[in-house]
Amino acid sequence: MAESPTDKVKSSGPATNRAEKSRQSASAARTDKVKTESVPEYPITTIAIVAPIVGWLIPGGGHILLKRYVRGVLLLISVLAMFLIGLGLSGHVYKPNGGDILDILGFVGDIGTGALYILARIMDWGSALSANAAADYGKTFIIVAGLLNFIAAADAHHIALGKKP
Amino acid sequence: MTITLSHFSAAVIFSFFTSIVFGITQKNSPREQFRYGLQCFLMFVGGVFLAGWLMWLIRR
Repeated sequence: MAESPTDKVKSSGPATNRAEKSRQSASAARTDKVKTESVPEYPITTIAIVAPIVGWLIPGGGHILLKRYVRGVLLLISVLAMFLIGLGLSGHVYKPNGGDILDILGFVGDIGTGALYILARIMDWGSALSANAAADYGKTFIIVAGLLNFIAAADAHHIALGKKP
Repeated sequence: MTITLSHFSAAVIFSFFTSIVFGITQKNSPREQFRYGLQCFLMFVGGVFLAGWLMWLIRR
């Protein structure tokens, strides 16, 4: 018996539906992607760029700029105290260098203190190389003060973006 | 000005200020920040004691 055109349509029905569904889901995925690309969840604003820069230059400054006064002051006290104790322990302040990898990393850590580092270089603080345990502690205090300030600046960026209250 | 600190007092001061920054930057609410900061401080100081006893055992 010959198959009628109606039967042909009936037999190809489920396959057509599947193809249609897959087209629709692909189209929905494309629309979602376009939406995600066009409207970022946390848009970059001017304050999101300025706050971490201020936070780097003045420890806690980014938080103070964003009206998180208590956090800002605590960060300022912590980073400043670590930097000053480091200097008091005769810690070395690294200059920009291209020599030993540990010296380069020491410089990267030190530069994290922002304006404090610039001030130390201008005033020639921490330029002496002392070979004793206290000076080693001091050097570590200064480097860690800088690294903590980098974390604080990143935190200010997250607050400005709205990722963190 | 020169400061003289023992290894232990330097470690405690280091732990104190580092814990403050960790608490503020890693948690959201003030309560969580205080708890996390305190936890970090205790872990730092506990680590100092643990390392001290380990070195004492190695030396014996």
